[in-house]
Amino acid sequence: MTSVGTALPGPRGRGRRFSLPDNGYRAGLYAVALLVAALAVWFLVAIVIQAVPAFSTLGFSWIVSKTWNPAHGQFGILPFILGTLETTAIAVVLAVPIGLGTAVALAFLVPARIRPALSTTVELLAAVPSVVYGLWGLIVLAPVFHNTVEPFLTTAFGWTGLFGGPSRGVGLLLAGVILFVMIVPTMVAVSRDVIAVVPTEQVEGAVALGATRWQVLRKVVLPGARTGILGAFTLATGRALGETVAVAMVIGNSPYIAHSLKAPAATVPSLIVNNFGESTGTELSVLIGAGLVLLVIGVLVNSAARWLVWSTGTRSAGLELGR
Amino acid sequence: MTVVLEPPADPTLERRAAIQAAAASSLRRRKVSSSVALGVCWLFLAIAVVPLVAVVYYVLAKGLPAWSTDFFTQPTKPEGVAAGGVWNAIVGTMVITAIAVAVTVPVGLLCGLYLAESDSGVAATLRFTADVMTGIPSITVGIFGYIAIVRNFGYSGYAGAFAIGFIMLPVITRAGETAFRGVPHSLNEAAMALGARKATVARRIVLPTALPGVITGVLLAVARGLGETAPLLLTIFGNQFLQWSPSKPMEALPILIYNDSSQPYADQVQLAWGAALLLMVVVLVLSIGSRLLAAHLQKERR
Repeated sequence: MTSVGTALPGPRGRGRRFSLPDNGYRAGLYAVALLVAALAVWFLVAIVIQAVPAFSTLGFSWIVSKTWNPAHGQFGILPFILGTLETTAIAVVLAVPIGLGTAVALAFLVPARIRPALSTTVELLAAVPSVVYGLWGLIVLAPVFHNTVEPFLTTAFGWTGLFGGPSRGVGLLLAGVILFVMIVPTMVAVSRDVIAVVPTEQVEGAVALGATRWQVLRKVVLPGARTGILGAFTLATGRALGETVAVAMVIGNSPYIAHSLKAPAATVPSLIVNNFGESTGTELSVLIGAGLVLLVIGVLVNSAARWLVWSTGTRSAGLELGR
Repeated sequence: MTVVLEPPADPTLERRAAIQAAAASSLRRRKVSSSVALGVCWLFLAIAVVPLVAVVYYVLAKGLPAWSTDFFTQPTKPEGVAAGGVWNAIVGTMVITAIAVAVTVPVGLLCGLYLAESDSGVAATLRFTADVMTGIPSITVGIFGYIAIVRNFGYSGYAGAFAIGFIMLPVITRAGETAFRGVPHSLNEAAMALGARKATVARRIVLPTALPGVITGVLLAVARGLGETAPLLLTIFGNQFLQWSPSKPMEALPILIYNDSSQPYADQVQLAWGAALLLMVVVLVLSIGSRLLAAHLQKERR
């Protein structure tokens, strides 16, 4: 037996470059990971600390009180919370059936030849910046709403009492519709991915039993993808809740509770973005507190959505984008 | 006399016959409801696609006429004065994005590498944190940038880069983790068997192998960061003059679109459309590029 090991030549050339020892490498990575975690903690702590004065001087009642009049020390943000919920509701009520129908059409009805192109187009539009949608809504859609859509809705559905007051173009309805246009790509992309996970055997089994295409969708595909679709719906809700500039551009920004879908209103994000620059003291703290409320709701809704979509075993492109 | 034997009554056959009869009698109704429902799906597809196409069409139709040499080389002019450009906003967006990328790409990738190599409780917590961070409403990131940077150093490009970086960081981290996890273990093990240290394996084996996936993730993160408006409104303030220094208030394309869209002057609205087109083209090129790269990568893996 000859001895092993000592005779081997050491690494040469490029391989000789300095390299961290293994524990140094591990410690380095760990340090970077802690840095990122620290950043997240800093984010939360900074916002909470700055919001504290609002809660300590005003208590909690400002969150549900109706009057926003900073000049007189009245900081009720209920109109903005309602505005956020109303615009989100309009967007989601439109986006759920339409997004789902689109996803179904893209998955089963559209000819296979144009399917990839059409799906990609819809998904790419999720990447278009929201300020571009806002610009389109303000300059192109607002006049159409002012002259055509709102008068029509008033005549046709005025009896519901939802369309009182003058038609202005900008307002709750337009903001909801713009949000709908923005969240549809997300809804479609995630729904399509979770629909694709339904086992082919089940679909083929139903077809073999003589079910029509709609029956297959209704009884097999949609129930099979139920959790994922709920996740897509929740994700779209989260996006609509947190959207700022597109809404701020088309909602009319009025600090009063809207009594009509045509009335101007404001949302929590639009309140913050419109008033942040000029505010100081308690008002600033109230705005940050409103941001904290939004943050808590947004994070809860998004976490729920992720959990729902992931529980179906999908790695959806819509989630990867973080949009 | 022949005896005709009645076949014995078979419950299965009877049930089958009953089902067939029911299916046949309801076939017409089912077919009609099927075509109606599928027709509704087609209609919804049209409703979803029309506004999206309309957005792209209008941005092209109204944005292209705004593009000129001045548009790309001149800063914005005071209100009401014609023939300005958006050069100041282009510079601001470029500088802010470059700083954000320069800081978040290394940090995000190292963090992604840590997540890919570790399954500890710390890693799980951090993974969850990164996921929560992608869902944070962007306006609250603006508030954070304001509290953390603007309060102490004033409105500046750095503050904007900080906020945009905060939004890009979790996207890069998670994309990096996914890419690094895709590297086959056999490669790692072969390198380690040759006596390479972990850091060498990471630099010479893991990073080059995962590079296409990493680039895809970075492109997506940049595409997202470019269009963020709300955080910038709270951090860089806007500036109608050309400003290269990130320590001063800067302009950016999304801010210019936001501010100019509500101006009464047609020139400024046109600048907003031109800037929207520019922003949309860049974002779409980045997104399409990342998709092509991802598709190429998948083909190579097979």
